[in-house]
Amino acid sequence: MSLEFDSKIHKTLADARLQQAIYTATGRFKDARLKVVAQDVLPEYQELRAQANALKKHTIDHLDHYLEQFQSQVEAHGGKVVFCQDAAAVADFVLTLAKERGARLIVKSKSMTTEEIDLNERLEHHGLEAVETDFGEYILQLARERPYHIVAPALHKTRYDVAEIFEQRLHIANETVIEKQAAIARAALREKFLAADIGISGANFLVADSGAVVIVENEGNARLATSAPRTHIAIAGIEKLIPRAQDLATFLKLLARSATGQPLSVYTSFLSGPRREGEIDGPDEFYVVLLDNGRTRLLENPARRQSLYCIRCGACLNACPVYRKIGGHSFPWVYSGPIGAILTPQFMGAAHEPGLPFASSLCGACAEVCPVKIDIPKVLLELRADAPHNRWESLAFRVFAWLMRHPRAYELAGRVAASLVSSEGVRWIRSAPGLLNFGPIRAWLAERDLPPPPAHTFRELWRRR
Amino acid sequence: MARRVSLFVTCIVDQLFPQIGMAMAEVLERLGFAVAFPQAQTCCGQPAFNSGYRQEARQVARHFLEVFENCESIVVPSGSCTSMVVHHYAELFADEPRTRSRAVSLAARVHEFSSFLTEVAGVEDVGARFEDVVTFHDGCHALRELGIRSAPRRLLANVRGLELRELEPREECCGFGGTFSVKFGELSGAMARGKAEAIIQTGAKTVVSLDPSCLMQIQGALSRAGLSIRTLHLAEVLASR
Repeated sequence: MSLEFDSKIHKTLADARLQQAIYTATGRFKDARLKVVAQDVLPEYQELRAQANALKKHTIDHLDHYLEQFQSQVEAHGGKVVFCQDAAAVADFVLTLAKERGARLIVKSKSMTTEEIDLNERLEHHGLEAVETDFGEYILQLARERPYHIVAPALHKTRYDVAEIFEQRLHIANETVIEKQAAIARAALREKFLAADIGISGANFLVADSGAVVIVENEGNARLATSAPRTHIAIAGIEKLIPRAQDLATFLKLLARSATGQPLSVYTSFLSGPRREGEIDGPDEFYVVLLDNGRTRLLENPARRQSLYCIRCGACLNACPVYRKIGGHSFPWVYSGPIGAILTPQFMGAAHEPGLPFASSLCGACAEVCPVKIDIPKVLLELRADAPHNRWESLAFRVFAWLMRHPRAYELAGRVAASLVSSEGVRWIRSAPGLLNFGPIRAWLAERDLPPPPAHTFRELWRRR
Repeated sequence: MARRVSLFVTCIVDQLFPQIGMAMAEVLERLGFAVAFPQAQTCCGQPAFNSGYRQEARQVARHFLEVFENCESIVVPSGSCTSMVVHHYAELFADEPRTRSRAVSLAARVHEFSSFLTEVAGVEDVGARFEDVVTFHDGCHALRELGIRSAPRRLLANVRGLELRELEPREECCGFGGTFSVKFGELSGAMARGKAEAIIQTGAKTVVSLDPSCLMQIQGALSRAGLSIRTLHLAEVLASR
């Protein structure tokens, strides 16, 4: 584990106000989800999950086919599909287009994919203004922070935190009423929507048979961002594809329920192509940027391919006892929680944060709530098996395996350890300044007691019966 | 003729909590089972498997197979160790079809203690008496990997003098997670404190679980909070009268 990871965890655990904020917000989502997937409300819930899993598996196994179909459908409707290998390619495409169109101002709706490739920073670096229009994202852009949660990016901010940010960045003092804060953002953003040259969105689903980009949201900002500016660019990972429009009947029932506990989100937009003759709304140009950024590499491993099934609902974060303690910013990359713990090593390489796959008690709460049934603990275990092993730990497990295959030696070792780690021994270890009282042992004993070793092991008691 | 069961007591019970193993044997014998303890048993290999040492886990698993292969029913006082054998052995031997099929056939005969009583032996009342207010902690692997929810509750409901008060939240991890508690000791401790708070809310004097390791973790948090609430394995409660 890196020192940085360790210290972020420590800091978050020590911040009582933050602990409360995370626990309350995730708890609210958790309870809301439970209500709308309950047996009497949605009896077909488990069936839907199985269907969603099968659909995702099928799509990811035949991705080449569906990518081609999607592309030809988008083009048939007058749009363009652009394939990008990585973050730099996306930035190049947007910058070139902005230059050709003489664009300066870009409005954005919420998109984890653009967070993944640091798009805002890349655009700003070249003199473009990119404004986040989702309320939570807007707050975080002002605060210059990255999202804390996949669905609720500003989950860690209380209204008092927001008041402080508004005072510093917008010079509006002392506004702690949430509705008024929202009104301030709305007024500022309305001007941006009207003046923007380009709108950039993400996508929740890309429908292969109709060429539609599907976006779900609650605020209406995505509708404005994708229809008011002359140019709309949707940026999405290639795994967002689904085969048919009718498959949305499965996915839309699951997405909002799993994310926020709503039966459906407030707005569901189906965008296919630029404005047509006779239509009053919509952009003149419609682009869909399909991003790889490491995704095809994940396809190589059939067991881990399921990591690409994720529909970014965030349910696993809300269910995760680790996320609920260490929060989003302790995680080393934009994707946090259980899904972040399996995506980060696979996208960024294990060395990005070697401790990440191990930061789990393997309780399985994530897999239980995942609407597409990703077996996150199983993938974590695979990533652990692939992780570079520490020399001393390797030696310890070799000794362990040898002992466990030799019952007599195991028994003897157990008795020797017991006499060393008597309760006297533990007291001695705790007070010893040197060798034994180091990091992991000290931390372990700080929170729990090794029970005083019994006078006899079970096998000894059994022999005496 | 008495039905025969073999105990896999797990390394943690053998070394640290022998009284849990003895209690389990006592309950089973009281129900008329002939109880055997294969002496060559050690560990299921989960510590190595969960830490990413598959080769080492496989070696230990192979030993387990050899020790228990000829046993009819194997009863385990741990949901977590049961799940290791039942769910992960097949995966460990994915590339060795013959060993894999041995592991799969063995897995069908390995039972967590409470579900053995209710599902295999068909017993819900073992004739126990335990005068106390207790709460029950669901170990995550028993709960989510083995789907054990009602078995321990049905057994507790038939214990005379016992009042069960459920935790709220009910299905949250205690934070142990094996080597997780070593690698992330502070975080694991914070999770245990949350569990301890939920336990205090119930007003129970005893915490019961199917997993000794969860109980060890929870005991640590309870005693650090200065509380005299005790932790007991279900077998210990069922053995008392």
